[in-house]
Amino acid sequence: MSEQVPVLECRNLSVSYFVRAGEIPAVVDFTMKLMPGEAQGIVGESGCGKSTVALAIMNYMGRNGAIVGGQILFEGRDMRTMSDEELRQIRGSKIAMVYQEPMASLNPSMKIGDQLAEVPLFHEGVSEDEAKRRAREMLSNVRLPDPGRIMESYPHQISGGQQQRVVIAMALLSNPKLLLLDEPTTALDVTVEAGIVELIKEISSEFGTSMIYISHNLGLILETCDRITVMYSGEAVEVGDIHTVFNNMRHPYTRGLFNSIPVPGADKNARPLVAIRGQLPLPHERPKGCYFGPRCDYFEAGRCDAGHLPMEEVAPGSNHFVRCVRFAEIDWEALKPKPKEQEPIEPGDVVLRVENLTKHYEVEHTGLLFVSEKRTVKANEKISFRAREAETVAIVGESGCGKSTFAKVLMGLEEASAGRVQLGNLELSKLPVEARDGATISRLQMVFQNPFDTLNPSHTVGAQIARVIKKFGIEKDPERIRERVYELLDTVKLPRDFADRKPRQLSGGQKQRVGIARAFAGDPKMVIADEPVSALDVSVQAAVTGLLMDIQRENRTTLLFISHDLSVVRYLSDRIVVMYLGQIMEKGLTEEIFSPPYHPYTEALLSAVPIADTRVEKRKVVLTGELPSPTDPPKGCPFSTRCPYVIEGLCETTPPPVRSFSDSHTIACHLEEARLTAMEPVIKIDDDPAQAAE
Amino acid sequence: MLKLIFRRLLQMLLIMAVVSFILFLVFDSDKFKKQIATAELGGFAVSTLSEEDYQKWLAKKGLDVPFHERYVKWVLDVLRGDFGQSFEKNTSVASLIGERLINTGILAFWVFALMIPLSLTLGVLAGMKEGSFQDRTLSFIAVFTTSIPEIATAIILTVILALGLGWLPTKSAMISGWDWKQLVLPVLTLVVYDFGYVARMTRASMAEVMTSQYIRTAVLKGIPYRRVIMKHALRNALIAPFTIIVLQLNWLLSGVVVVEVFFEYNGFGKLLLEAALFGDVYVIQAATLIAVFVAVLSQIISDVGYTFLNPRIRFS
Ligand code: SF4
Ligand code: SF4
Repeated sequence: MSEQVPVLECRNLSVSYFVRAGEIPAVVDFTMKLMPGEAQGIVGESGCGKSTVALAIMNYMGRNGAIVGGQILFEGRDMRTMSDEELRQIRGSKIAMVYQEPMASLNPSMKIGDQLAEVPLFHEGVSEDEAKRRAREMLSNVRLPDPGRIMESYPHQISGGQQQRVVIAMALLSNPKLLLLDEPTTALDVTVEAGIVELIKEISSEFGTSMIYISHNLGLILETCDRITVMYSGEAVEVGDIHTVFNNMRHPYTRGLFNSIPVPGADKNARPLVAIRGQLPLPHERPKGCYFGPRCDYFEAGRCDAGHLPMEEVAPGSNHFVRCVRFAEIDWEALKPKPKEQEPIEPGDVVLRVENLTKHYEVEHTGLLFVSEKRTVKANEKISFRAREAETVAIVGESGCGKSTFAKVLMGLEEASAGRVQLGNLELSKLPVEARDGATISRLQMVFQNPFDTLNPSHTVGAQIARVIKKFGIEKDPERIRERVYELLDTVKLPRDFADRKPRQLSGGQKQRVGIARAFAGDPKMVIADEPVSALDVSVQAAVTGLLMDIQRENRTTLLFISHDLSVVRYLSDRIVVMYLGQIMEKGLTEEIFSPPYHPYTEALLSAVPIADTRVEKRKVVLTGELPSPTDPPKGCPFSTRCPYVIEGLCETTPPPVRSFSDSHTIACHLEEARLTAMEPVIKIDDDPAQAAE
Repeated sequence: MLKLIFRRLLQMLLIMAVVSFILFLVFDSDKFKKQIATAELGGFAVSTLSEEDYQKWLAKKGLDVPFHERYVKWVLDVLRGDFGQSFEKNTSVASLIGERLINTGILAFWVFALMIPLSLTLGVLAGMKEGSFQDRTLSFIAVFTTSIPEIATAIILTVILALGLGWLPTKSAMISGWDWKQLVLPVLTLVVYDFGYVARMTRASMAEVMTSQYIRTAVLKGIPYRRVIMKHALRNALIAPFTIIVLQLNWLLSGVVVVEVFFEYNGFGKLLLEAALFGDVYVIQAATLIAVFVAVLSQIISDVGYTFLNPRIRFS
């Protein structure tokens, strides 16, 4: 190995952005060595500089960015000394990139075939026909059905997953030495993501392409990479073989990251997540010495803040490096998360009854010239379930499954087409929000995905919470209102002086806390949380979910947790409702959902979720095909276009029967009960003795 | 799409009906009738006119008939293609307007022929490298020329090119037949005034496209920079300016009165002004109809063109 020339080597690379306020270092002293055929993962939270590394390798820094130090060697040659023309010849032919947002990365007004053909046309000078032929061939290599049609399509005419396959095809057309993947699946649904990840793995083994895979998702990195670099605030803090880092991490930040993500085995009562305290420093607020210092439990004044820390090898020859002066002294076994056990909550009476809730939209669909046809979007079709007091019910599903529409109907932002929704003994399905009185509104509150959009930027945090309190008529006296605002800030663990701050002075996680404080201001019976943590970084997610759980426990609130993320859902919910294209596929207690019998869709969903745990073994179920459009769902079972078990002639035409497996567990599927029961578990945890002894 | 066009045309008819009705109503007042008489016969003659003779004059002009009858008759005539007679010029309105429209059309053609390539090229060059020297220079010039009123530009150009250098005639009345030389000053004035606006729009659009992710993809695909610009950026950057350019048609038809009058160019705008001052009802009516028609037409062209240029809309 050591004799080989690395495909790419970054030596002490530093990148800065120059803005009016001065120089902002985005990446500092970054070193990395990528050998032929190797796949390296770079993980870190937003703002850690991982995408900047990719763009620096491509030498595409935008107008105000620049590489300010170090070297980038591609096959032994420093890219910083290359001319524009040399760079152009390498880009797209020897180094190719796949981007986070496939739709935005493709030219909207150029046919896909033309966009693809450009690569061989300009790098190899082949004829137009030959270029087109290769493009079509590559489209079928990335498993796109009907390449001929896709060649003639514009990007918006195909789905997100297909677009990403096109971008990958474009990157592979010149058979690159190095493939840079910058969050290639973040914008995609999880079952579509699984297909792309599968494809990427096949490519690397088939073509021997070296890869740099950038992601915030540790599970994905585990599935795709050989080595991993963990970045924090512009620096690499830990580098090593994937299994070494996952099992024997030697940097407190890496450890913190792993403790804050829900893996199977984590449980909100028995083994709660541990969040990293504090927040990521802004680039100009980085402390002297170790950037992680202020958040680290092992901080030692005089050593950790003495000056810039170098990377050190954990053991000679281990090829495992960390940037921490104390890694050798810390007792890593003792640092394993200390379970802060809590009693499970006893659910109370049924609070919410949803019966055959149906919501249809009419959309007018206008063709190019004449036809304007009316189509019905069946956003929710006969949804029925119940939620008890103090219980957490999760609604899971991918985009278009109707979970957000359901929340809107509950909140009174949309009117149901049919069916009933009862909160206590109040019928809500036909009661728009304007017709609800303050008491009703305060009893049913919502926490949104994007705290940024729901806070008024020109009012202080305190004023916004106070407004809600006044509106619900909880307190009248200004003095008492202030008291209550402070109490709520205490509840969401924000300092009291935050009451005088404006939303823009808060970080994402802090804003979400304010959002939660507002929702709980009126002592709600039930809170709907629509993807409340998916816009936040993992270390912050843990803190926010923990908070939500605590408040719920205290107030015995019913929590309706809407999410696409099965790991989070598994961690915190008592019961789960799985939706697909507006219909409930399966519902049951969390354990019932996560173990057989499965609905075929649930099975695929479980298999698709990447898990950041080396002990976990997953049975592979990769779906082909794309999510059908909700305007045009299949007639029978909505899942029939992608289902691996589909019974020809039956599933496509006849809606499936609902089969009960227990009081709480139902599956809507044509498969025989015996067949469903005989399914193998998807997730197996291979407990090695050391872990089990714990 | 067809439905949209149809709706637009319906709207147009409605606007035409309402506007013409209001105009008729206004011009039907005694005061206006008097004004027409004054304009035609002279103030002194009118003041000495006996009531009976005045009535006779009205009858001769067809102004004695009650308002609604006149309106109905006019509408029916228009539907048959007869726009009536000009009071002032004693010719048929149709031929008068036709002639002026052709003049304005020639003017507009040349303005477009110069302005479009000029402003698009400059806008694209500026937007390609946002914040560069060429960008800032162009933005400055564009703001500068656009903020000078047309009349000032007209005067400045006349002073320099006609009075000072003597290259061009000062007026464009074309009394002794068509003369291309006389067209230059009005065209120049309008181009100077208008190109900055379109150029800035193009620049903004281009600058936005250049920061888009698909341009990044194109660059990182390793295709030559020229091709990135020509093939990837231009097509997308020109969609927005296209709409704006088409809407300039409207402005050229009736918004350039000042320039036409200043150079005594016998265009549509000048006709409109003359008719308004004289109270020449039928000319005003016909001109209004045409102005509305062109406004709606340019709207439709820009909508259709936008849809056509933008595959995202075309195939959705
Ligand atoms: S250097 Fe100190 S502060 Fe930084 S991670 Fe190590 S122990 Fe913590
Ligand atoms: S009903 Fe048929 S298509 Fe639907 S999930 Fe069951 S087996 Fe698959």
